[in-house]
Amino acid sequence: MKRLEKKIAVITGSARGIGYGIAEHFAAEGAVPIIIDIQQELIDAAIEDLKHDGYTAYGYVADVSDFDQVGNVIKQIIKDHERIDILINNAGITRDSLLLRMKEDDWDKVLQVNVKGTFNFTQKVSRYMLKQKSGVIINIASVIGLMGNAGQSNYAASKGGMIAFSKSIAKELSSRNIRVNSIAPGFIETEMTATLPEQVVKQYQESIPLKRMGSVKDVAKLCIFLASDEASYITGQTINVDGGLVM
Amino acid sequence: MDVFKTVKELIVEELSVDEGQVTMEAKFIDDLGADSLNMVELMMAIEKAFESFNIEISDEEAAEMTTVGDVVKYIKEKIE
Repeated sequence: MKRLEKKIAVITGSARGIGYGIAEHFAAEGAVPIIIDIQQELIDAAIEDLKHDGYTAYGYVADVSDFDQVGNVIKQIIKDHERIDILINNAGITRDSLLLRMKEDDWDKVLQVNVKGTFNFTQKVSRYMLKQKSGVIINIASVIGLMGNAGQSNYAASKGGMIAFSKSIAKELSSRNIRVNSIAPGFIETEMTATLPEQVVKQYQESIPLKRMGSVKDVAKLCIFLASDEASYITGQTINVDGGLVM
Repeated sequence: MDVFKTVKELIVEELSVDEGQVTMEAKFIDDLGADSLNMVELMMAIEKAFESFNIEISDEEAAEMTTVGDVVKYIKEKIE
């Protein structure tokens, strides 16, 4: 028996990067990934790749920061699939800049996608999870939300916000058997980090106790554990996947 | 329309209680075993059921409704 057999798993920002990795690993565990992303072409490509590996997946376009759009998408997903067992708030962006040079728009955009997007999906999906009296919500935060980082005050605020949001919602929904946890990845190899200069990557690696970057798989495996019944007594937690960077 | 009947149906569904328990005097929390989440869900269900009357129950108003009768009275006042 696979660990997530037939579970309907909505994963935001999952056409690429960590989100796609989660979708792929979830499918391998028997889950039905629902890919949410902002571009239809990216979704189509992701679903095509998953199909190629023999998995079934579905996709819906949504701008996670748009409250009404998210509401409509969730309604449609319920119509098509009848339930949502797992929600993974993974969609996130960065707009790095030192505080003094940060534009208002850089601040707003990051908070809108990372925090408001998480609120939008969590609120809409929790309605159905309440009725089901079961559900798992996992928010993909970041170690930056715990330790801060020069040049990422907006991103740090958003990720710290997600962690605090998760804890509050974990308390609100606990009586209905809905678990809410955060994952704080450290330095993970993705398309997003592939563009970084070699020197920067080297510096990062030096600061990590395990002396290497993490892989998407490392994050996905924790997601599977938290989403499965193996983690049935774990809620309100933030778990780092960071090679020991934050202790 | 029979407001009490509609409200009763919603309560039976949302709180999983028997129809007989839902009297005008019944208290949501003490008699019908509702918790704060049930109350939010019930108020949302009521708003939806009476959508055509544009009823929007504020948190303050909801907090004051402790019995089934309170809710029925509130809706009747709104739709008249």
